Amino acid sequence: MLTISNAEVIYNRVILVLKGLSLHVPEGKIVALLGANGAGKSTTLKAISGLLKSEDGEISSGSIEFMGERINNMDPENIVRKGIFQVMEGRRVFEDLTIDENLTVGGHTRKDSTSFKRDKELVFDYFPRLRERRNQLSGFLSGGEQQMLAIGRALMARPKLMLLDEPSLGIAPLLVQEIFQLIKTINTEEKTTILLVEQNANVAFSICDYAYIMEGGRVAMSGTTEQMKSNDDVKEFYLGIGEGKDKKSYCDLKSYKRRKRWL
Amino acid sequence: MDVTFLLQLIINGLVVGSIYALVATGFVIIYKATSALNLAQGEFLMVGAYICLNILTKHQIPFWQAVLITFAFSALLGVIIERLILRPLIGSHLISVIMVTLGLSSVLKALIQLAYGTDTIPFPEVFPSDPVQIGPIPVSQGYLYAIACVTILVVLLTSFFKYSKIGVAMRATASSQQVALSMGISVKMMFAISWAIAAIVSAMGGILLGTIRGGIDMSLSFMGLKVLPVVILGGLDSIIGAIVGGLVIGILENFSGGYLDPVVGGGAKEVAPYVALILILMFKPYGLFGKKKIERV
Repeated sequence: MLTISNAEVIYNRVILVLKGLSLHVPEGKIVALLGANGAGKSTTLKAISGLLKSEDGEISSGSIEFMGERINNMDPENIVRKGIFQVMEGRRVFEDLTIDENLTVGGHTRKDSTSFKRDKELVFDYFPRLRERRNQLSGFLSGGEQQMLAIGRALMARPKLMLLDEPSLGIAPLLVQEIFQLIKTINTEEKTTILLVEQNANVAFSICDYAYIMEGGRVAMSGTTEQMKSNDDVKEFYLGIGEGKDKKSYCDLKSYKRRKRWL
Repeated sequence: MDVTFLLQLIINGLVVGSIYALVATGFVIIYKATSALNLAQGEFLMVGAYICLNILTKHQIPFWQAVLITFAFSALLGVIIERLILRPLIGSHLISVIMVTLGLSSVLKALIQLAYGTDTIPFPEVFPSDPVQIGPIPVSQGYLYAIACVTILVVLLTSFFKYSKIGVAMRATASSQQVALSMGISVKMMFAISWAIAAIVSAMGGILLGTIRGGIDMSLSFMGLKVLPVVILGGLDSIIGAIVGGLVIGILENFSGGYLDPVVGGGAKEVAPYVALILILMFKPYGLFGKKKIERV
């Protein structure tokens, strides 16, 4: 469905952030994009959704294809109309709009007003807490509820591909579980393909079908969830379980060397 | 104290104030959507009044049609100005934007002078001139129509921002441009619409002033300056604030004209709004209804 090949992204014409990234998101699946801070995960999402432009970035080479069509450097509004919707990092709800209005804005590109109302109800079915408070300002919601609203807002656009940027950020662990289960449900019931960026590898592996690990603007490793989970390096660096027989100490610098090997 | 005199002052204040409120609303809409301070707001008002005058005198059509045509012209003017002058400035410093609108105000004034000269031109009488008795005081019908027009326009605007899809999208854009972009909203389109609306409401203000005064000249553009105390009182980003602020400043102006002018020998009316402006800035720098940032703890 979405294929990125050898994409390079430059910010401000000088800072090279993505250095030849390639990845593929098959239709109907959940694909996770993992990696440390500054690996280029959010940049990848912004390159897909076209938001790079608003941050003075551009795709300097390579291609991004969505359903067989090149969408490099298209305007974000057109990309949304094609069916790609990004849920930005840090929730970013419109704080001085009510929950109901936030959802209306989410469906801005929709033309059909009858199914629009039905979809609002659908969102409230997924997130019942939002229904009780639909006429309140969204700025007063808790962090978890704001994340639900951000995802619900994305649902209103009826996207074919949803890009989720760290939905677990700043949210209590219990709520994170709940939100990720809902993401899985949305994936199976609404047939929405999902590209998920996460720091929290554990929770991402609990729902994804396939995972990529990024480092320094490239894909360092990829595989199905089972392959990734059983990989020793992934276990040690991302899941924090390691070999288990003896505890690692900071003196053991080998691990840092091993990380380099991926480059 | 003479009650009739007091009531008369209040009514005058409300009428002038409601026109301030209109122009201030335009100012606030532009500020909210594009975070640009439009110092040419008063010139929008003036241009609107002249366009309407032109239509009314050259073509014999009913007043309401003339108003609608004026609206169309004003909207077009707003969109063109946004497209040609303001859009290239997106992302540049606020001061440059302010300077450009200041320049724009001079240009618009000069163009109008070029076309119509500097003399006061009589505005056709559109409302019946005989006053209506409300309680003890006679009120001119033009005043009542003016208040009615402003009320209708304000209600229309509020429901536009509250219920229409584009209105809500405009508020979303004002809240965060980047997130609005990610929703597929065309931010450029929202900018253009806000300039069009601002030009329309100002033009309405200009037309009403023309009918009330019975003639129009360059001094109409000074209304743009009066808007500053109004929006500062109400809060730069609040439409309700602009309306309340407009009415308060209008009444304040007439009170100081009525009660202080005889004492100090004239001029208090002109100064009062700005004295109020300084006091407000000292005690409530964000205005009465300025945006309160929601902070979760």
